[in-house]
Amino acid sequence: MSFTLAFALLLAFSVGVWWLGRRRASALAGGERLHSLPGYYGTWVALWTGIPAALILLLFLTAGPRLGEALIAADPPAAVASLPSETAQAFWNDAQSLARGEPTTAIQWTPEQRAALEQKAEQARQYNGFSAFAALALAGVLALGGFLLAWPRISPTLRARNQVEGWINIALMACSAIAVLTTIGIVASLLYEAMRFFASVPPLDFLFGLQWQPQIAMREDQVAAKGAFGAVPLFAGTFLVMIVAMCVAAPVGLFCAIYLSEYAGRTTRGVIKPLLEILAGVPTVVYGFFAALTVGPLFRGFFNWIGSWLAEGPLDPLGQYLMAVQNEMALTAGVVMGIMLIPYISSLSDDIINAVPQSLRDGSYAMGATKSETVKRVILPAALPGVMGAMLLAISRAVGETMIVTMAAGSQARITANPLDSVTTVTRQMVELLTGDQEFDSPRTLAAFGLGLTLFGVTLVLNIIALRIVQKYRQAYD
Amino acid sequence: MAAEGNPLPHDTQLRPPAVAAHTPVANAGVKIHCQGVSAFYGDKQALHDISIDIPDRAVTAFIGPSGCGKSTFLRCINRMNDTIPGARVTGRIEIDGEDVNARSVDPVVLRSRVGMVFQKPNPFPKSIFENVAYGPRIHGLANGKAELEAIVEASLKKAGLWDEVSDRLHQSGSSLSGGQQQRLVIARAIAVQPRVILMDEPCSALDPIATARIEELIDELRRQYCIVIVTHSMAQAARVSQRTAFFHLGQLVEQGSTEDIFTNPREKRTQDYITGRFG
Repeated sequence: MSFTLAFALLLAFSVGVWWLGRRRASALAGGERLHSLPGYYGTWVALWTGIPAALILLLFLTAGPRLGEALIAADPPAAVASLPSETAQAFWNDAQSLARGEPTTAIQWTPEQRAALEQKAEQARQYNGFSAFAALALAGVLALGGFLLAWPRISPTLRARNQVEGWINIALMACSAIAVLTTIGIVASLLYEAMRFFASVPPLDFLFGLQWQPQIAMREDQVAAKGAFGAVPLFAGTFLVMIVAMCVAAPVGLFCAIYLSEYAGRTTRGVIKPLLEILAGVPTVVYGFFAALTVGPLFRGFFNWIGSWLAEGPLDPLGQYLMAVQNEMALTAGVVMGIMLIPYISSLSDDIINAVPQSLRDGSYAMGATKSETVKRVILPAALPGVMGAMLLAISRAVGETMIVTMAAGSQARITANPLDSVTTVTRQMVELLTGDQEFDSPRTLAAFGLGLTLFGVTLVLNIIALRIVQKYRQAYD
Repeated sequence: MAAEGNPLPHDTQLRPPAVAAHTPVANAGVKIHCQGVSAFYGDKQALHDISIDIPDRAVTAFIGPSGCGKSTFLRCINRMNDTIPGARVTGRIEIDGEDVNARSVDPVVLRSRVGMVFQKPNPFPKSIFENVAYGPRIHGLANGKAELEAIVEASLKKAGLWDEVSDRLHQSGSSLSGGQQQRLVIARAIAVQPRVILMDEPCSALDPIATARIEELIDELRRQYCIVIVTHSMAQAARVSQRTAFFHLGQLVEQGSTEDIFTNPREKRTQDYITGRFG
């Protein structure tokens, strides 16, 4: 690509300019004291040379093709005007592909359409050639101009150091702006699709409906429910799995953190910490396998065995129920999700417990308290707000976790508090709604965005509360 | 005085009378007997063969430049060095004739008999009442609520803090001023009726007025306890202690009555230090 080459050339030129600028500044240093180190002068000139030209190249790379398409489509030929919109779109795509020498679609165009296509492709070719040339020329002029403007200004009094600092400020700000803008973009797209969904399903029915049956008749003659989009069963399922997960992760993670920070010696800690980090690095899909293939059958076998033992006794109904327990249940998904959350909670809590001032420990030990008394009565009360924050962050992860529940929780939307039941969760339903061939104008598909938006709202609130708590705690000891 | 709340009646006199501080203590037996104590942090030796007798019902001050080992030695007495990985202590330390490093001695029990006050006030993140009740609770010293309340009140009175906090016992301990916090910590230490109170630079984080209150308190407490205080301030050592020990580079250079050390030191290093020639 010529643009890759252009960027490489620009970079090489800037490096050369940096070297020249530095040398010139060093030469000036003989006379009087420089304001900044010579390297800053080099960087300053290089930035003025490279940045404007690079921005122009980037602009042409991103906006150039769009502009070209718009220009060429500005006067559609007669042969296209009568086409339906989708075919017309294919026509324009083919014109661009032809211009770039890429294979076209399989559509057989009529002779006059073919002629119009060739004509438009020729236009596109001309535009592409011109715009590439213009972009490269402009970039070259800017690079040279920036250099020529900046070069004479190198003098011992130029505050190159401060100006470079200003550029660094701008660069850092741009990076954080990308993160913020992406978030805004995600929320906007979610909002847009969710609005389309809420146009067909009232928000109150969605948020408080107790029925989740997203099947809508695809064909006229198909027998199917009309479709009900009540999200309560999904959130109930999510909540149940989350509760099971936290029952596992909260005590184990917290006690693990206490052990690591208060009891473990340096060598033990050196072994356990990396192992926990490995646990944190296991992909969730692997946890999903583990849940579906190992933990699920194990639990099922266990409950079936208890059931067979209880059946035909005084607790016969319970026995019959336990014998019918299946692999997919909230307990399996919850327990495995809990295991996934252990390193998360333990490493956050470990940091928080370590932040409790040593003077409090000393004070407690000097009173003749044992380690566990010190932990229970002094360290945990001091660390409690932070630990609560860690728990909330873990909950918000549990609520958004997808892979484990997709593989192990089941697919029945029901409101239950029994962890042995198969339940479905918000994330699992979103996966189901969006896999396979989908029409993007049916409420069934759009429901995924309604769920996504609600889930996003829940985790956002949880995160905000958690971060507030953690912050408040930090202020107490700094 | 505003930071200290209501002044006590005798508060107009900020310094304990110098004469009282130097009055020799009659019939004070030896409380702590140390023989050949050395301490190591890993390979580094922090204390070299320290031998000293510390009298009961008197204040003994450890002075010396930073890093001379005086705090380390203090922490040997209640085995606080056990909590530091890699720390090792050799030699013999006896309190009332009982070897603190003996196998049969539980450091947890030992520390309940040897109270300690630290450089920075470290009240627990609990109420004032709960701070003082901490020791009695974990050691089961009180039968029932009334007895516990009595212990808390007596301890706060001994620490000279009762009048200032009696109406807000259930507020957080960290809501007090620095000097009040330090007196709270002293009340916490005496609530378990220790035999010895160790103080590691108890006034270095306090302003002069709060310092004067603590010194006054130390002077009162010495009637009942054996007190060992580590201090950077030679003036403080001169004001509050009856005996002084000078440490330098992990060695005990000189010990004796405070008056002798400050007016008539035997060693040149001691003289150089107390006259401010180094340190």
